[in-house]
This record gives sequence, C-alpha cells and structure tokens, in this order.
Amino acid sequence: MEIPRLFILNETIRNLYFHVCMWFGMMILFGTSFVYSIKYLRGFSLRNDIFAHQFAAVGSFFGILGYATGTIWANYTWVTDQSQSLGSILKEPKLIGAAIALLIYGAYFVLRGSFTDIDKKARVSAVYNIFAFAMLFPSIWIIPRLVGSLHPGAPGSESGNPALNFKDIDSRLRMVFYPAVIGWTLLGVWITTLKIRLQLFQDKSLINE
Amino acid sequence: MNKINNYLYTVPKWLLFFFGVIFTNVLFAQDAKPEMADLMRSNGKIYVVVAVCLTILIGLFVYVFLLDRKISRMEKENN
Repeated sequence: MEIPRLFILNETIRNLYFHVCMWFGMMILFGTSFVYSIKYLRGFSLRNDIFAHQFAAVGSFFGILGYATGTIWANYTWVTDQSQSLGSILKEPKLIGAAIALLIYGAYFVLRGSFTDIDKKARVSAVYNIFAFAMLFPSIWIIPRLVGSLHPGAPGSESGNPALNFKDIDSRLRMVFYPAVIGWTLLGVWITTLKIRLQLFQDKSLINE
Repeated sequence: MNKINNYLYTVPKWLLFFFGVIFTNVLFAQDAKPEMADLMRSNGKIYVVVAVCLTILIGLFVYVFLLDRKISRMEKENN
C-alpha cells in the first residue's frame, strides 16, 4: 500500500493502523460499558452489570496497548528528531491525560473489588463508571487540544485534527484506517463476549431471569 | 609541564593546521549524518511499525491465554 511520504515519521505513519485503532477501540468499548451501566441503573439487572464490567476491562486493556505502542512510536519520532528531551515528553499533555483516564478506570476495578455485597457493588460501580466515562473526554480529547502538544490534533500543529476531522487524514491512509478501526474493535468485542459468557456462566446462580 | 610545552613547540605549525582541517571535517560529517546505524531507524523506521505490531499481538495473545486458563480452571471445578 502506498502511504504519504513524510519527514521524521517516515514509514512509522503506518502505526496509524495499530496505535490509533487501539484508542478508537477503547473509546467504543468504554462507550458500550457506559451504556450498560445506565441500563443497569434503570432496571438493576445484574446481567447488565456484568456486561458493563467486562466491556470496561477489555477497553482498559486496549488503552494499555495504545499507551505501550505510543511510547514506542514517540521514542523514535519525538525524542531525537525534533531535539526533544525526555523531560519535554513527560510534560506532554496527551500522555498525562491518557494516564489519568486509564488510572480512573483502574480505580473502577479497585472499587468493584472492594465490595462484598453484590448489589451494592453493582450500583456504586455503575455510577462510578458513568463518572469515569465523563472524565475521559476532558482528559484525552479536550485538554490536549487546548494546550500545546507534540501529538497530532494540538493547536498550532500543521496536522489539523486527524482523529476527528476526516479531511485531515490522507485518503490513502483512510482506505486502510477505517476498516482497521472496525476490525480491531470487533476483535475487542469478541474477546469481551467470551469474558461475558464466562462470567454469566459463573454467576448463573445469582442471575434470576 | 615545561617538558610538554617544549614538545608542543617541536610540532610543525603546518601539521597542527592539517589536523585542524581534518577534525573540522569530522565535525561537519557528523552534522550531515546524525542518525547512527541503528536498526530501528533504518529503512524509513519500518521496524518501529514492526515493534508496535508485535506489542499488540503479544499483548492480545497473553490476554487471551490468561482467559483460556480461567476457562480451563472453571471447567475443572465443574467436573
């Protein structure tokens, strides 16, 4: 596949099909988890709580993979070529925001684990999950786009807003990128369904429907 | 100290000039080619893409493997 020829990035622009897709998949999985948390609070069915929990778990896993791949990518494009030191990378608002978002979801699992009463656990963690999803937007979408950042999408960069504005991404990349987003997300959903089926089987005695 | 200074005077001036020219060339050469023979930066940094792809694949395999172990344990408990 032909890709646009860019300075500094060179062939690493192909990471768009992996790194960016991880974050897109994470957003979709967290969004699904959010919907199931609301559904749980509407009817208090433990089935919806299991769905919300497993979608959040696989979403966090995708987020960790996105973070890991981002560190590799940044190491070879941000650190030396633009004479950036490690110090300026650590100040990167996108990285801090993403770390905060993942830690908020980490606290979701800590919260779940700290309850012994099943109904109370489901209810409190559903409310917390809605808060966590709301916090996702300022920390990974809004704040890095308000302040300067090396990451594409920041103000003043020539890259525009490739994640949200489809005109800012090259058509040759788009041809692979959008199917890749769908594919990675479906892979995540499939793993989630396996986990949900396992959990539903384990908690068969608890769910009376 | 005096001895070293004396040795320095014995070196012909044209030789010092010659060394100066050579070493500035080395410096310029470094400026023109700052990227070392690093595997990750060769062939248009394609190995960065390989590393990213492998990270995701290994991560997913480990995750699915742990899930598999969980299912096996549950099967054993039910039998």
